[in-house]
Amino acid sequence: MTAAPGHAPKISALSMTQSIGKMMPLLLVPILVVLGFLSIGSTSSWLTLTVSGLAMGMMIFIMASGLTLVFGLMDVINFGHGAFISVGAYVGISALLALEGWTGAPSLVLNVAAVLAAVVAAMCVTGLLGWGFERVIVRPVYGAHLKQILVTVGGLIVIEQLIQVVWGPDEIFLTRPEMLKGAVTFAGAAIEKYRLLAVVFGLALFVAMRLVLKRTKIGLIVRAGVQNGEMVEALGYRLKLVFIGVFVAGSALAGLGGVMWGLYQEVITAGMGEEMMILVFIVVIIGGLGSVEGAFIGALLVGLLQNYVAFLEPKLALISNIALMTAILMWRPQGMMPVVKAK
Amino acid sequence: MAAQFLNRTLSGDRPRSLILTIVLLAILIGLAFAPFLFPGVRSLETAARICIFIVLVASYDLLLGYSGIVSFAHTMFFGLGAYGVALASTHMGRGYDALLVGTLAGAAAAAVLALMIGLFSLRVRAIFFAMITLAVASAVAVLVSQLSGLTGGEDGLNYQIPRELTPAFKLGELFGVNISGKILNYYLVFFASLLLFLLLLRVVNSPFGRVLQAIRENDFRAEAIGYRVVFYRTLATCLSAAVAALAGSLFAIWLRYVGPDTTLSFEIMLDILLMVVIGGMGTMYGAVIGATLFVLAQNYLQNLMGMASGATEGLPLIPQLLDPDRWLLWLGVLFILSVYFFPTGIVGRLRSGD
Repeated sequence: MTAAPGHAPKISALSMTQSIGKMMPLLLVPILVVLGFLSIGSTSSWLTLTVSGLAMGMMIFIMASGLTLVFGLMDVINFGHGAFISVGAYVGISALLALEGWTGAPSLVLNVAAVLAAVVAAMCVTGLLGWGFERVIVRPVYGAHLKQILVTVGGLIVIEQLIQVVWGPDEIFLTRPEMLKGAVTFAGAAIEKYRLLAVVFGLALFVAMRLVLKRTKIGLIVRAGVQNGEMVEALGYRLKLVFIGVFVAGSALAGLGGVMWGLYQEVITAGMGEEMMILVFIVVIIGGLGSVEGAFIGALLVGLLQNYVAFLEPKLALISNIALMTAILMWRPQGMMPVVKAK
Repeated sequence: MAAQFLNRTLSGDRPRSLILTIVLLAILIGLAFAPFLFPGVRSLETAARICIFIVLVASYDLLLGYSGIVSFAHTMFFGLGAYGVALASTHMGRGYDALLVGTLAGAAAAAVLALMIGLFSLRVRAIFFAMITLAVASAVAVLVSQLSGLTGGEDGLNYQIPRELTPAFKLGELFGVNISGKILNYYLVFFASLLLFLLLLRVVNSPFGRVLQAIRENDFRAEAIGYRVVFYRTLATCLSAAVAALAGSLFAIWLRYVGPDTTLSFEIMLDILLMVVIGGMGTMYGAVIGATLFVLAQNYLQNLMGMASGATEGLPLIPQLLDPDRWLLWLGVLFILSVYFFPTGIVGRLRSGD
């Protein structure tokens, strides 16, 4: 009889290359910003582009976060997510138009109050809509990806068409509230106030979401559910309820993103959600399905790259996102920060 | 002898339902003699559209119904074929060689593009495929409308095809119908579509098709038996893309015009999805029924909706709901309902009926 081979587990620090590999996704954003600076050359235009890229990225992240969590939690892929973006934008902008007295006044307090009211209205409506959508459209097709994709696409069409029935088929133009118009000049670069606000707001939302996910009990259950749903259910949590909550929250966030995007573009159309969905999907894919951090980094990358490329080579801007997605998938086929499923 | 021949042509996959057989025969006869049975420009236009969409939808069914892969880039492949013919005819001048070169180039480009998309997404997760095709297709659609120097942008391209295929070419009269080049063109479309459809029927009933169905039912098990799932899925994607491009070429030859709205728009993608689901996923005959019903409804029901909208004027909301522009709303509702309640579509219903 021979002795068992020696087995002495060691704990050693990751080697330099390994730890860099792990941190790489986090480093991509600063790398892209530096690359942008080097290729653009002029500090002022670089600053303007960076801020608008970050603003765009934040808004895309807000729309994408719900989608990626919903997928991670229940393996549900919701192609109808874009409908919430459009509905949010229409409800929010209608609220803003109704509050013309507040938005037209040159008072910051009234302006912000009007925007907040619009955001709350949009989020309530899209949250409710998300709840209904989950019940009517998504629930009967749990576990069947093919049907999910088909049915949610159907839902997207129906909601977009209903928007056109209610608000009419033409796009709606709007102007931002008085105090959010114009730009501030910083280091020779003109930076639109609204973009700054969007960056600050998006960052705050990301931090808040991270806190909820990492520091609260419900966040713990959601994260555990993403990793191993069966185990969480075996421990006695009703994951279905958690899922509905996440779905509703994700829909409300999409609505919020819609309002912000509408204010950013100053025009809304029923098809805007569908257009945004394409960016949202790219972000979710390159981030890694189910990963909120990955979606955040992906959104910033998409926003920055699109703005830089549009400045350097306008014709290429259309395919820059596809190129980014291709490059990242070649590097990490599962996305930058794939969720490790314990199965 | 005749039965054997029929069996061979249909690759052993018979309709397997009396009503279905009758309906299919009616469609076949209707399309084969369309210029004589339904004279008139508009009905010929409709018949050609039905032929082309049958091929397009059948090629999509190879993906969706037989392989269980959802793609949103099928119109992109369709458009590649159409633009192939258009560009070749514009640059090489009027001639059959231009049509041939354009058709082959379009099909080859579609297959290569499908291979690339497939390798990127199918390798990892089939669900990536749906999202990536959506992104790529929209990028291509935007690109086509932006590169107006090459593609004519939003206006599209008008070009000339050989004179024998245009209405200007007169052959004489047959059964009281003027035989013009347009009718020759129609028969080109008809026979090419018939051939492509039979080819697809052959593919899905071959061992290759059976493997695709096995993968659709349980990819893990298919892999365990020893079939390379990624290879089969990618090959199915390429094949379906190439056939879609051929359908696009036919469409371009028929219309003598291509534009983003007629070949690349997302609405056509939805139409295709709907035709597949209504007709019946995973049955090639479903494509025939779905496409025929849908194109007929599209051409004639929209008028009806306009009338209904006019008749209900004055009532709140109903006229807006019935407006012909809201056609998609009703399609969407129909689509959701049919995915829920008739997942096997019309053909599935008919086959289980007897």
